[in-house]
Amino acid sequence: MRYLIMMNLPAATFDYTHQEWAPADWKAHTTAQSRLNKTLEGAGELVGIERLTSPKSAKLIHADANGLPNTDGVFAESKEFLAGFWVIDVASPERAYEIAAIVSALPGPGGKPLNMPVEVRAVMSGGSNNE
Amino acid sequence: MNSPSLTYVIERLLREIAPQTLGALVRRAGDFDEAEDALQVALICAAAQWPITGVPVNTRGWLFRVANRRLQDNTRSDNARQRREQLVARDRNGADMPADDNWESEHDDTLILLFMCCHASLSPASAIALTLRAVGGLATAEIARAFLVPEATMAQRISRAKHSIKGAGSTFHMPADAERADALRSVLHVLYLMFSEGYSSSHGSALQRTDLAAEAIRITRMAHDLLPNDPEVVGLLALMLLTHARRLARTGPIGELIPLDEQDRLLWDRAMIEEGRALLPAALAKGAVGPYQLQAAIAALHSEADSTARTDWPQILALYVLLLRMSGSPMVALNHAIAATMVHGPQYGLQLLERLDAPNSLQGHYRLDAVRAHFYQMAGDNVSAIRHFQWAAEKTLSIPERNYLILKAAQLGERNSRVLP
Repeated sequence: MRYLIMMNLPAATFDYTHQEWAPADWKAHTTAQSRLNKTLEGAGELVGIERLTSPKSAKLIHADANGLPNTDGVFAESKEFLAGFWVIDVASPERAYEIAAIVSALPGPGGKPLNMPVEVRAVMSGGSNNE
Repeated sequence: MNSPSLTYVIERLLREIAPQTLGALVRRAGDFDEAEDALQVALICAAAQWPITGVPVNTRGWLFRVANRRLQDNTRSDNARQRREQLVARDRNGADMPADDNWESEHDDTLILLFMCCHASLSPASAIALTLRAVGGLATAEIARAFLVPEATMAQRISRAKHSIKGAGSTFHMPADAERADALRSVLHVLYLMFSEGYSSSHGSALQRTDLAAEAIRITRMAHDLLPNDPEVVGLLALMLLTHARRLARTGPIGELIPLDEQDRLLWDRAMIEEGRALLPAALAKGAVGPYQLQAAIAALHSEADSTARTDWPQILALYVLLLRMSGSPMVALNHAIAATMVHGPQYGLQLLERLDAPNSLQGHYRLDAVRAHFYQMAGDNVSAIRHFQWAAEKTLSIPERNYLILKAAQLGERNSRVLP
């Protein structure tokens, strides 16, 4: 079963706040994350992983009447923004939730768990790319 | 020289002889993991060299020698002198070296491999992957393509599966009579799941995907060759053939799902149906009717009919009653309810479904909603049918199925609005 695990950060400052973290805290955070990724890799559960740049550089596009891209700034109303995501292939939903909980509890400032909201979505299958 | 057909022929040949060679290697090295890795290297060499140099007269001997050399190299670099001496001693005795024309235990070896790869200690996903590689002779990349995961992920999964086997203490031997029935059940279950995986995902852009259903049939054929008298092996092979025969009719041009009652039955593969049906009497005559034979018998009844209306539903219902008594699985109960509805009408079927709407059964499963929707439609209650089609569409994980369910709901909705003023 495939799941998309989305790491959502609160958009209070509308940017990654980790730039203000103590170096040791940032290191602990990235170490914990890389440990998780190694575990997923070793278990043959990792399908893909991507980290996204700051939402400051995000653009919202609407097609105009001619189908051409009309560029707005960022989507200011959102309470959270997507910082990165994993696609995993696991044996059960429980395993997906377990992994999401590890993501949620990644250490933040002072080594305290961030307990950030993590969204888990089942990925559909069987679709053809030429549809 | 390097024509696609030659490459294809060599690929097929390698897949066929890979498990026999692996069996001999495991017997000799005593380590499944190492032997399997060594064989993979030999297979890659063969696939690269044979199209240029030609296929050697003794193909298995060639593979065995190359893989064996690799094993010895590994042993050397591991610096495990003791093991190397053991290998050398075995070489000298010649006891474990298959002579070029004497692979007398090859059948047993392939069977033992199958038992090992489908060991109950492995998760189904691991067992399927390992079976495809060790018994099916597929490359890791091909297996990864079948499951749409990166090659590295699949390599890791296979490697873990091999270690689990080692951890479970499974040595290379034929299971004792007492364990054999369980071991065989496990093998058939893995092959059945492999087939189902392929069956549910094979359509549309699947061209470059490894055809899991075809691989499952190939490996089940091997199992049938090894155990020609086992009625459930025959039953499973017949079930696969009778189901696979409908593959061209099951999906439309853009991969859309076409249900049994709307399929163009002229697209069914008659030769494959005949082969499946021919296997059945032999299986049923051997007594001890098992779940695969029953399912195959049901599939055979469908294959005889030229439409859903002219299908022998009473006979299918009788077989489902037997199957239900045997397995008690909720999915079997759901299929039983469909057959019962075709015989006794939708109200009766809807009553049967009530019992399946329970937490330890199919509650919340999209299939329950989808079947309910069909029954409501048959009963003329389009409003309930639409609601259940929509619920099912929300819950399914399959894109073609979702598209089909949304379309059904929309068609009924359109019909309803036309009736209204």
